[in-house]
Amino acid sequence: MPDNQQKLIHTFSALADLGQEVAHKNNFQEMISTSLHLLLGSLAIMRGGVARYSRFGHELNFLAVRGLGDDFPLSASLEISDEKEFLNAGMTDIEVSQAKMLAFFQRYQKVLERKKIEIIMPLIIRDELVGLVFLGEKASGEPFTDLDRDIVRAMARHIGVGIHQRNLMVELERRADENRRLYDDMRLTYRDTVKAFATAIDCKDKYTEGHSVRVGKYSEIIAEELGWGEEEVEGVAVAGYLHDVGKLTVERNIINAPYRINAKESAELNKHPGVGYEILLPIHHPYTDVPLAAKYHHERLDGRGYPDGLSDSEIPYIAKIVNLADSFDAMTTDRPYKRRRPANEVIEDLKRNSGKQFAPEIVTAFYNGMLTELTGKDKRKRFRRLLGREYMESEGIVPLLKQALNGMDGTSSLTFIGAG
Amino acid sequence: MNTNFEIPVRNEGETSIVFASDYLNKISGEKIERECKRQIETGCKTLVVNFKDTEIVNSIGVSILLGVIDAAANAGTQIVFSEVSEETNQLFEMLGLTNHVKMAA
Ligand SMILES: [Fe+2]
Repeated sequence: MPDNQQKLIHTFSALADLGQEVAHKNNFQEMISTSLHLLLGSLAIMRGGVARYSRFGHELNFLAVRGLGDDFPLSASLEISDEKEFLNAGMTDIEVSQAKMLAFFQRYQKVLERKKIEIIMPLIIRDELVGLVFLGEKASGEPFTDLDRDIVRAMARHIGVGIHQRNLMVELERRADENRRLYDDMRLTYRDTVKAFATAIDCKDKYTEGHSVRVGKYSEIIAEELGWGEEEVEGVAVAGYLHDVGKLTVERNIINAPYRINAKESAELNKHPGVGYEILLPIHHPYTDVPLAAKYHHERLDGRGYPDGLSDSEIPYIAKIVNLADSFDAMTTDRPYKRRRPANEVIEDLKRNSGKQFAPEIVTAFYNGMLTELTGKDKRKRFRRLLGREYMESEGIVPLLKQALNGMDGTSSLTFIGAG
Repeated sequence: MNTNFEIPVRNEGETSIVFASDYLNKISGEKIERECKRQIETGCKTLVVNFKDTEIVNSIGVSILLGVIDAAANAGTQIVFSEVSEETNQLFEMLGLTNHVKMAA
């Protein structure tokens, strides 16, 4: 085989390997180390290094070095004028002996000469300086030929692409992180806003102080019992907090009437689900169905609810949850014309109306939530905090709940659409 | 990648013989380089790199051998390449490695 041909095969297989290396290696550091081996080995260059350039710190950091000794500086600073000079030159090799006017060379001249660095190749990808390759003398002692320089440039370009890809990836990860933080911030802001709203809604009604917040909490418990995911549970809680937002437009004396309201007043009050829907619809909620929960939280399975008299499968699932939470809170708090009802009565009531007003599996979920707390399986004491210790520990509740659960199979003909 | 392979080394007086094998051609070949440097540091006069189990030498292999040559030059150790195939021998000559080492059969 003629000499030159074998040498070409050797260098070109190095070039091919380098391309593979850059395209397929997941480990960046190993990719750079291997690339430097391939570059040095292809032309038998005694020593060299690959440095990455950071535009922000104007700093060069060596990612891999060979044969440069322990006293070689592994990071160096670059003047902005140097960066411009490199960019102007493009990806052409710069001979150390002819580049003395650059500030960088003046500063590092001694060490570069001592380490016999002959060539510096700027790595320029998409008009951006991403690094420099430093190359020492050839083992043959001969000067670099034009072909050698072409080969160096081709291989250096691969390395440059590798560094550029890595930079993009790091930037992408940084932005993803930032996005996640922004999203978390937004969620927190949203939750605070929702809570402030709930408080504002409850302020209108002096007899039902804290009603919206409690409905939110009961709704949350139900969704958890149904096995919904974290975000959906949060969505249902929000729906609970905001279900009565439409009451903000209903006259205060109707809401606060210390007597059973008349038909006209009742018609006025019954507008609040629709008004709530109108208020919530234009708001961009992180959770779907929040406006629907407001609109349909007074619908009943048997079609006797309002505003639209929807039945069973027509009612959004989230609205059924809020409906139960809302009703439960109405029964268990004092109202202007009615005192709170005892726990056993409420439990019986929910069961009796299961399949008529309430979806059976939601009642089941609610019972289960109560029972796990009363039997100590759930230590959070959420019901106790909402209803008071005495109420929650009234006699006979646990057997009653168990009995009620026995009689319910927890299924219904409902279409499950809530957990989308 | 298997990086736990043992580098076969034989010591004969002031001469150390390191067997290059095919690992030379991968990044794991740096282990061979480290072994050679260790032998140089222990003060052997001559370091023999044996290529009897090395079919070809690629660019990574050349780079690793240059590291060994450089370390030997700094320490004043003589390097010998032995049992190099005809093809690899030609490559070493063309690349100028033979300027730095003694070639032996
Ligand atoms: Fe309501």
